[in-house]
Amino acid sequence: MHTIFLIIKREYLVRVRKRSFIVMTILGPVLIFGFYAIIGWAAVSSINQKKVAVVDESGRFVNKFKADNETVFSYPKQSLTDAKKSFVKQGYDALVFIPKDVIEYPKTVQIFAEKSVSLALQSNIERAIGKEIETIKLEQAGITQKVIEDAKVNVDAQTISLSDAGEKSSNGIATTIISGFCALLIYISVLIYGTQVMRGVMEEKTNRIVEVIISSVKPFQLMLGKIIGVALVGLTQFLLWIALTTGLITVGSSILGQKEAAKTAVSARVNGMPGQQEVQQKMAKDKNPVASIMKAVETLNIPLIISCFLFYFLGGYLLYSALFGAIGAAVDSETETQQFMFPIMMPIIAAIAFAQIAVRDPDGPLAFWTSIIPFTSPVVMMVRVPFGVPVWQLVLSMGLLVLGFLGTTWIAARIYRVGILMYGKKVSFRELSKWVFYKG
Amino acid sequence: MTNILETHHIIKQYAEHRALDDVSLSVPKGCIFGLLGPNGAGKTSLIRIINQITAPDSGEVILDGERLRPDHIKRIGYLPEERGLYKKMKVGEQLLYLAQLKGLTEKQAMEMLKVWFVKFDIKTWWNKQIQDLSKGMQQKVQFVATVLHEPDLIILDEPFSGFDPINANLIKDEILELREKGKTIIFSTHRMESVEELCDYIALINRSHKILDGSKRAIKEQFKTHTYHIEYQGTLSSLPTAFEVLRNQPLEDNFQRADIKIPPDASVNDLIRHLIDTISIRSFGENIPSMNDIFIQTVGENND
Repeated sequence: MHTIFLIIKREYLVRVRKRSFIVMTILGPVLIFGFYAIIGWAAVSSINQKKVAVVDESGRFVNKFKADNETVFSYPKQSLTDAKKSFVKQGYDALVFIPKDVIEYPKTVQIFAEKSVSLALQSNIERAIGKEIETIKLEQAGITQKVIEDAKVNVDAQTISLSDAGEKSSNGIATTIISGFCALLIYISVLIYGTQVMRGVMEEKTNRIVEVIISSVKPFQLMLGKIIGVALVGLTQFLLWIALTTGLITVGSSILGQKEAAKTAVSARVNGMPGQQEVQQKMAKDKNPVASIMKAVETLNIPLIISCFLFYFLGGYLLYSALFGAIGAAVDSETETQQFMFPIMMPIIAAIAFAQIAVRDPDGPLAFWTSIIPFTSPVVMMVRVPFGVPVWQLVLSMGLLVLGFLGTTWIAARIYRVGILMYGKKVSFRELSKWVFYKG
Repeated sequence: MTNILETHHIIKQYAEHRALDDVSLSVPKGCIFGLLGPNGAGKTSLIRIINQITAPDSGEVILDGERLRPDHIKRIGYLPEERGLYKKMKVGEQLLYLAQLKGLTEKQAMEMLKVWFVKFDIKTWWNKQIQDLSKGMQQKVQFVATVLHEPDLIILDEPFSGFDPINANLIKDEILELREKGKTIIFSTHRMESVEELCDYIALINRSHKILDGSKRAIKEQFKTHTYHIEYQGTLSSLPTAFEVLRNQPLEDNFQRADIKIPPDASVNDLIRHLIDTISIRSFGENIPSMNDIFIQTVGENND
């Protein structure tokens, strides 16, 4: 036991001290945070309100445009020529001209802007005018605004997941993002750390130090020590990432939050309508995608997701790294690894394909089976966990994964033990399967 | 004299190839034991079994009176033929690691290392990476790794390969010093001159079988041809026919050299008595077979 600890310590320290590890540890959260910041920034900048001046010759549209997140309207009492001259100076982004006979000729509406008008703004104004004209025409036909309002049924479906813990509102998109992210991270890290084990084994074999080491320790101890050492490196990296990312997001959120509050205040002031301020603020809060994602994230069972993630990372990693280790032991050079890598990579790659199906249908039969079978379960089950998985399925999947990696470790150890001392021999799968049954 | 190591009827089978067939050896304590044999004879297989890297299919290994156990590895030091160290690890760290794997505590390992670093004058190497050392320097580090935990049995596979003559001599002196301290050294080599120089006992393995073993002196005695060489001036004429002149070749300065075989019932004195009156003798000596001759002869006969 003491020697295996020594091996773990060496494997761990050698990797953690590497410059690439330190770089990745810092870069990881920065990348994640950067991604997050871009989404946040895009969300914030999209609610940058445009101020639009409306010169209404028809007199029918005064105060009829409804301000929303993106646009506020004011109605200066100016002629078109005056307004054209001064609207930029007065801080407007665009000027809308509505001629007298707009109801008869809706296409005569004009939009002026210093720069070209964004498509979004244009369609926004068109929609507003169109809607207004529609209302007016309906009124002319004897249908009042009240009837119209009554006729509109606001359907804003909330998705509610039913679970033992009670009803919780959830956000489908946030859950999808989280589960996809977890699955991808498991996939990538199993590959990265699995190949690290393979390279480590190959290094020892080609360096020929393996003979010195296994005259002191059992080959199985050396293999296990390496696998555990690398696993700890992976865990260290994840824990540092989680800590750094949480730190960055906490700091980042408060900065973004302040910016949003300021924006809301400004828009309320521009609108100049007392009483609307709170409504605006509330609206800003509800519509802000960052806040809503954060809210959705809060409703997810984060501790469960993180502990499942760590379990499935470890399980998946142990399952595959043992096989990667066996490949490293069986070959003499990097180029020879290709033929053996392929069959091992297949189930992982398939798992990612299954994961995409599972995201759309987390409780379908394919998602169920692939999240139970050990070779694909680490990736697919991680997709399902954020959506909620029955406890028995989780237990079954985890149990099978443990059996799975015990099995692959056993097979790998038998290949490993023969392979590390075998030089200059091109091995085939037939040969490998023979090694499994060699004795002593 | 007790044996530090005995192997009893070792058999090792690899798929279709039998690497060792009924190999029994006895290695006395405190000697230098040469394990000889052509390439592929099974030496490395045997060494791996002694080091518990692989297990024999049948037969047993006895170390110092006890059946080989996993914790015996602490009492064995092994220098494999294919040398290897972690290239990107520092010399000091690496040696500490290897010593700890052999069961030393970090403190013990540190103390032992200090002694060796002074002895080999490699103090400045501590923080160097292995890959920055020359091949000879790496070999020195590996030798230190082999003997650092003060094993009772040291197994060296081709210990001198890769060393320049000066360093080879340094290692040779170390081997002799280890024997002085009562350690046993098994070394496997093709270089017969080092066998001649160092070994007390030898075993010869060919085609998975042990074909010869014993003390070097006894083996040489066994392979003696009862021939003597003589450098002389004059003519060899009065020898009785029982004394067979195997070769007679002229040397410079009118000297000649002859190899003469004496009959089993005669003694060296009889030969000298016959020679002394007829020729003038410059040198005279027994033709003692070299290990090289014995090796070639025995392996050759075995292969026929």
